Amino acid sequence: MAWETVIGLEIHVQLSTRSKIFSGAATAYGAPPNTQACAIDLGLPGVLPVLNVEAVRKAIKFGLAIEATIANHSVFARKNYFYPDLPKGYQISQYEMPIVSRGKLAIILDDGTSKTIGITRAHLEEDAGKSLHEDFHGMTGIDLNRAGTALLEIVSEPEMRSAREAAIYMKKVHTLVRYLNISDGNMQEGSFRCDANVSIRPMGEAKLGTRTEIKNLNSFRFVEQAILHEINRQREILETGGQVAQETRLYDPDRNETRTMRSKEEANDYRYFPDPDLLTVAISPGDIELIRVELPELPDAKRQRFIGEYALTEYDSDYLTANREIADYFEQTASAALTVYASASQPHNHNTAKLSANTIMGELSAALNKHNLDITSSPVSPEMLGGMIRRIEDNTISGKIAKQVFEAMWNGEGDADTIIASRGLRQVTDSGMLEALVTEVINAYPDQVDQYRAGKDKVLGFLVGQIMKKSQGKANPQQVNDILREKLKP
Amino acid sequence: MSSLDKAEIQKIAWLARLAIDEGDMAGYSRDLSNILKLVEQMNSIDTTTVDPLAHPLELNARMRPDQVTESNQREKFQACAPAIKDGLYLVPKVID
Amino acid sequence: MHNHTLTELSALLRSRQISSVELTEHFLRRSEKYNANLNCYITLTADMALAQARSADAALRQGGAGPLTGIPIAHKDIFCTDGIRTSCGSRMLDNFIAPYDATVVARLQQAGMVLLGKTNMDEYAMGSSNENSYYGPVRNPWDQQRVPGGSSGGSAAAVAARLTPIATGTDTGGSIRQPAAMCGITGLKPTYGRVSRYGMIAFASSLDQGGPLARTAADAAMLLTAVAGFDPRDSTSADQAGEDYSAALTRDISGLRIGIPKQYFDANLAAEIKEIITTAVRQLERAGARVSEISLPNTHLSVPVYYVIAPAECSSNLARYDGVRFGYRCDQPQDLADLYCRSRSEGFGREVKRRIMTGTYVLSAGYYDAYYLKAQRLRRLIRDDFHTAFSNVDVIIGPTSPTTAFRLGEKVDDPISMYLNDIYTVSINLAGLPAISIPVGFVNGLPVGMQITGNYFSESRLLNVAHQYQQMTDWHKRMPAGFN
Repeated sequence: MAWETVIGLEIHVQLSTRSKIFSGAATAYGAPPNTQACAIDLGLPGVLPVLNVEAVRKAIKFGLAIEATIANHSVFARKNYFYPDLPKGYQISQYEMPIVSRGKLAIILDDGTSKTIGITRAHLEEDAGKSLHEDFHGMTGIDLNRAGTALLEIVSEPEMRSAREAAIYMKKVHTLVRYLNISDGNMQEGSFRCDANVSIRPMGEAKLGTRTEIKNLNSFRFVEQAILHEINRQREILETGGQVAQETRLYDPDRNETRTMRSKEEANDYRYFPDPDLLTVAISPGDIELIRVELPELPDAKRQRFIGEYALTEYDSDYLTANREIADYFEQTASAALTVYASASQPHNHNTAKLSANTIMGELSAALNKHNLDITSSPVSPEMLGGMIRRIEDNTISGKIAKQVFEAMWNGEGDADTIIASRGLRQVTDSGMLEALVTEVINAYPDQVDQYRAGKDKVLGFLVGQIMKKSQGKANPQQVNDILREKLKP
Repeated sequence: MSSLDKAEIQKIAWLARLAIDEGDMAGYSRDLSNILKLVEQMNSIDTTTVDPLAHPLELNARMRPDQVTESNQREKFQACAPAIKDGLYLVPKVID
Repeated sequence: MHNHTLTELSALLRSRQISSVELTEHFLRRSEKYNANLNCYITLTADMALAQARSADAALRQGGAGPLTGIPIAHKDIFCTDGIRTSCGSRMLDNFIAPYDATVVARLQQAGMVLLGKTNMDEYAMGSSNENSYYGPVRNPWDQQRVPGGSSGGSAAAVAARLTPIATGTDTGGSIRQPAAMCGITGLKPTYGRVSRYGMIAFASSLDQGGPLARTAADAAMLLTAVAGFDPRDSTSADQAGEDYSAALTRDISGLRIGIPKQYFDANLAAEIKEIITTAVRQLERAGARVSEISLPNTHLSVPVYYVIAPAECSSNLARYDGVRFGYRCDQPQDLADLYCRSRSEGFGREVKRRIMTGTYVLSAGYYDAYYLKAQRLRRLIRDDFHTAFSNVDVIIGPTSPTTAFRLGEKVDDPISMYLNDIYTVSINLAGLPAISIPVGFVNGLPVGMQITGNYFSESRLLNVAHQYQQMTDWHKRMPAGFN
């Protein structure tokens, strides 16, 4: 039987506020246990929460970016359950009146087609602490540093139809929150994690199948693997006449399998009710407009602009706009590379832009990967890279020599002009010198010259190669070609 | 009219993480049933057109700026903790 | 020395006729002497008090003193006090040394007041008789076989017996006003949001409000002036500056419009109390007030509504007492569930557990709409009744409690009868209004309190009316026998 997969994601994004959502404690990652848990985070008797305005602003930014409705009145509710990492015995979250609702996000599937995923809601809530299960003589240790960190929970409609789609959507949300600068998106540190609701149904069936929820997926790869595994598990159950149990499952990446965490019967009765310690959050159209003007250019718009303005291919645009830092690096490089060609009608030289894109996607990205560096900490600045591309464009160096220049810049030998001068890499364009070189080579390889004259065109490449070698790569290849052809004419 | 039986009392007690002794069960059942009887007087009035009121003054939230104002006071806060080790609060092993 | 009002003490201290140390020692001696019978205090902080008194004396000498500098006070043991046990009347917090000060505590310390100790109370402020304390019941100074009222019973009894010049309390459904009435003193519950709740251990967050228990309205005004005002640590605190509540005390009350709710004077009210309230209202009328009958039609629903909302909020507020980070933890927990269930069952008393259970039930799946949401809707109707009334009158007057102080043990096994004792007070908390209870007479030697309720932020007006009444009468000067 053919099955259709139905997936909805709940993505938890830690917002990059300096202080916690309801207290003035710091949010820095990696502090010694419980040193960033203040009286409010610990839920000491008598303490009260006060909402961090920045968390609200960041949530609104996200809402605007997904063209959602921003609630003019939003309410915090208590979600009541007991767990050691939840100090108050309730989590302050939002239930009936979330700050963001009914948004949408377009994703591009692997076949190049576009699909819009509905976002049901995004609400603010506080993160819980961490349970550490290392051996404390059979006890569990509780660290509440993370407790109270601002989270935005982004809930999609069940509109994804494959594990791959889910991963693409998750990546898109990740790109977006980084563009908006509302989260560092660091998945190793748990700033961006996701729960997946997965069900399958016979193709063509309108009714949804019983779903399971897979908890705490903290990488794109795990999301895809866990969902794939879960789809197979459900299919095996249904095809052998069984029934899928509605339950919460945990993904174990080491074994690549999911296992039951709790069944529906054990599900909590959360007893949501409006938090009486917090008042309604009122957001005026004026507040929203003030935030709207601060929105950066969003990924889709940037991608379209790159295609139009720089004449980049869709592939290059996708790559360069995948995150804001790369996009910025590219634009700075292209602008530094630009010299004489710029004009009002053509602000960018397409060739320069293409060269910039190629170098970033080629040499630079290889070097960054090799040294495990982020583009923001690249030893080669966009200005330096642009300077090098300018020298390729004005024929000071060839593309081949550029590789040497890049390596030298990476190793801290200075900017392109300095390196070209100190290493004597300037391209030889003096036709007298080049003619002498060409003549030398013609004399050295008479057999090859005869072959060429007999119509074996390919031999030309060999001869050019020899000339280039003699010039230590500095000869202008085009000029060499022209002179050689001229001299070999019968 | 609601009257709570033993199973319901146990269910509520578990949600509230309270252990009720067998001997107290009847007392809780009686008291809670009486309280519900009292509060069910609310049903004498139709409120379908009335909005709930969560806060008497119905004010809007005032928010705080995003500033770190608290410093580490772990030692002081943990002075009254029942069980700690290496700065962590200890509880019986949690099984996920 | 112990019969002086705050104004008098302030003058004596400033003119250096007495020192704060002398005054503090006097009240500490009385507190130690009478506490054995009355059980007003859970903790006496003698050493700290004397140290504070010495610095108050220094400030008085050097001229850096305010009106309250050097005057002793007792705090209800629900206010967190840095370095001092803050028990909330519960075994759960018997070992809890608060690591910070409540805003109310900090402000009064800033004003130079001297902390004598922490007063006894119903556990987590849940009760109307002070019999629900882990530290045993408080006895009423007017008749030690009777309750002082609750939940601020320790504060009320201590002020009535002159063991402290003034005390703080909290009021969620009448917990300042009812014990003030039963102990023959003046108790003010301010407008919701007028006094910061930060550091005041929560019972029901949308109802709780701190305030003074004092001998006179003028004393209450002095204290409120020092504690009222916006606190950035409390989101529900009113973004409105405090006032000098003493300024309007002497205003003439002629033309004051008094509303008498007919629902308050029905068959449930003891005839003797009814007569005393009527007499007191007549007194105000003679001073120029105009009296009219008003209607608060949903009054009878206030107790049912209150006993849904307060337990619902409390069930959640008290979830943090889990034996993990502070407070009581059971011996040798088998596992996590055992740690939770036993710590909470052993740490909380019967009434607290009853309310947690009730609150858990009304919020649980399938019952939320019928109980909690229904109560929130009725809460609006109850508040709207007051809105309507205040378009025609300035204050509403009635009894504070349907009875005088009852006998210890009389209602302890009957929660419903105990709850119904709150009939005149809970609606004011549901609406968030300010109200004051003042002594207006006696029935069989037991004090009777009259409640004056005003519109939002009309504390000045309430204190003015109460003060004017106290200028004409001397009920507030009566003192229980045996505490000279």
